[in-house]
Amino acid sequence: MVRRKLMGRLAPYLLVLPGWLWLVIFFVIPVIAMLSLSTQTGDLIDGFTQTFHWQNYLDGWNEYHVEFIRSVIYGAIATILCIVIGYPVAYWIAFRGGHRKSSLLFLLLLPFFVSFVIRVVSWQFMLADNGIILEPLKAIHLLPADFHILATATAVVGGLTYNFVPFMILPIYVALERIHPEVMEAAGDLYATRRAAFRRVVLPLSMPGVFAGVLLTFVPAAADYVNASILGGTDQTMIGNVIETEYFTNTNYPMASALSFILMAALLIGVFIYAKVLGTREVLDMAVA
Amino acid sequence: MITSAPEQANPVGHSAGGPPAGPTPPETATAIELVRITKRFGTGSRAVAAVDDVNLVIREGEFFSLLGPSGCGKTTTLRMIGGFEQPTGGEILLHGKDVVGTPPNKRDVNMVFQSYALFPHMSVFENVAFGLRRKAVAGSEVKRRVGEMLELVQLQGKDRRRPSQLSGGQQQRVALARALINRPRALLLDEPLAALDLKLRQTMQIELKSIQREVGITFVFVTHDQNEALTMSDRLVVMNEGHIEQVGSPREMYERPRTRFVAGFIGTSNLMTRSIASMDGTTAILECGAGERFVVRDAAALGAVPGGKIDVTVRPEKITLGTEPAGGEMCSLRATVTNVVYMGAWTQYAVRLADGAELTVFIQNATNSEDAAERGAEVWLGWDPAHSLAVAPQ
Ligand SMILES: Nc1ncnc2c1ncn2[C@@H]1O[C@H](COP(=O)(O)OP(=O)(O)OP(=O)(O)O)[C@@H](O)[C@H]1O
Ligand SMILES: [Mg+2]
Repeated sequence: MVRRKLMGRLAPYLLVLPGWLWLVIFFVIPVIAMLSLSTQTGDLIDGFTQTFHWQNYLDGWNEYHVEFIRSVIYGAIATILCIVIGYPVAYWIAFRGGHRKSSLLFLLLLPFFVSFVIRVVSWQFMLADNGIILEPLKAIHLLPADFHILATATAVVGGLTYNFVPFMILPIYVALERIHPEVMEAAGDLYATRRAAFRRVVLPLSMPGVFAGVLLTFVPAAADYVNASILGGTDQTMIGNVIETEYFTNTNYPMASALSFILMAALLIGVFIYAKVLGTREVLDMAVA
Repeated sequence: MITSAPEQANPVGHSAGGPPAGPTPPETATAIELVRITKRFGTGSRAVAAVDDVNLVIREGEFFSLLGPSGCGKTTTLRMIGGFEQPTGGEILLHGKDVVGTPPNKRDVNMVFQSYALFPHMSVFENVAFGLRRKAVAGSEVKRRVGEMLELVQLQGKDRRRPSQLSGGQQQRVALARALINRPRALLLDEPLAALDLKLRQTMQIELKSIQREVGITFVFVTHDQNEALTMSDRLVVMNEGHIEQVGSPREMYERPRTRFVAGFIGTSNLMTRSIASMDGTTAILECGAGERFVVRDAAALGAVPGGKIDVTVRPEKITLGTEPAGGEMCSLRATVTNVVYMGAWTQYAVRLADGAELTVFIQNATNSEDAAERGAEVWLGWDPAHSLAVAPQ
């Protein structure tokens, strides 16, 4: 009896146990290991020893704050572009897609069945100084001969936007799709023009989707290194590239770990403030007022 | 019951069969008029007419119901009046002006949606104020009118709640207030009570009706519940498969259904298809067994001819049960009681005629409860010929 009761009480916890194990093995343990690594000193040959050298963090910030700030700016611009491009697309699919909605969503995701790196490389190929786009334009003197896109901030931000825009479109689509058609009709019935109906009803109701989309695009975009390394030049280095170099080229594991932690902490704090300040409920109230 | 000669019985029968049609005074203005309205969905061979060539006049200030089975085109009709659907043919006149092509926000009617369609991100106050705000009514005026409106629908003190924090009935009232506050010339309601449980629904029926009387606005009310339509409406239309079966007051619809469909849809009816033995003027005398009598007045208009068939119905409560033929002019048929259900104020009898037709009879349990016929008993059904109602086959 008692055993049965105990099992009954424990059952919910036992059920989530695999999830917790997963989290501990693949997230908590690596994070602790990395945290420990970030304050060690030494090198790959002689080995690293734990010396609680917190100085790594300060050195990391002092040396690479430009890349940090650049990452945040690129990430932010890419996120804004994703909203500007993604919202109308999501709107169009949700309200004008008719019975083709699911095919349209599939088409949207189709390029993403191709490897991330291949996609970025194909952009590199297309945007090359003498590539299939720029060369003809230069040949007819529409562009100066030394014009280039690769190795500019435009190329990197463009790449980020391209790669993360589906993560903006999908949550906005879901939010829009959930709006009952009669709710929009009601707005029209109550003398709202199309503009007013959008501003007062559709937009506020889709904001949760936009918030989710911002999280899903900004975090990976700010931490990305593939776009900057393939489409960018030396002036477009992002913090992801620095971490990669510290880790693989310089084998300075403590520094790489410290930088990763600074990035993680910065993003977490950012997300936390964002959620606190723009909590769904409050934003909705703001939109209505 | 003693009946006099047919010539004298006629006026009596008439008053029993329903009051003179159209109690509405002639000065009543037309609020909404549909002229040959048709709506087809789809194109080419797959096109279906949801509403087919409908003519309808709805009068100023009346409570008018659109009644019919699921899929008969009630919602489509209402949505065309509201401007959410464009007719494929015909005219819609709102207070004399053709509004086909006019968007909903330019029409002087408001809609209460079946799903209520409240704005989930706004408070009750903002929901109700929405229309006034779009019309740029001054803030103090908005506040006053929303307050009044919430009082009318008994939602005082709930103005800061969100729709999700209200019960179904309360949400329904918000939807009503949100539409009424704009003082439309007509209010369109699409099955507004369908989502409520029976008890609340009955309360809201009464409330809705009293609100309608109070504000004096034309209500166009869609329902597939015949009881609701009968109890609430000044007049109603019964629709079937996109066309109109009959328009009239609840009493007319019940006492004098014109088609088989209306007779079957409204109330309980005893529909029979019988052969005509002979005609006496416009009265059809139906084929019967020995000692039986079954006549239908005013049958000629429906094309009754000797030897032909006629669809006829008798309401269950108009029939009496007796041990003897009713005699005189009364209709009188032999039957066997197959079932008896005591229902308090009424007893419901199921009876079978000689030709196998099954009829229902309601007898009020007044004083002579000992007269009740037993199951299996041989009885005589009797009714006034005025209650033999000829109906169009379809
Ligand atoms: N948008 C549409 N596209 C295609 N057919 C439609 C559309 N809207 C309605 N119909 C069809 O038109 C007919 C009438 O529909 P309508 O919604 O007016 O019925 P209703 O009388 O309101 O029924 P219910 O009582 O079920 O609400 C139905 O056969 C329906 O399938
Ligand atoms: Mg409907």
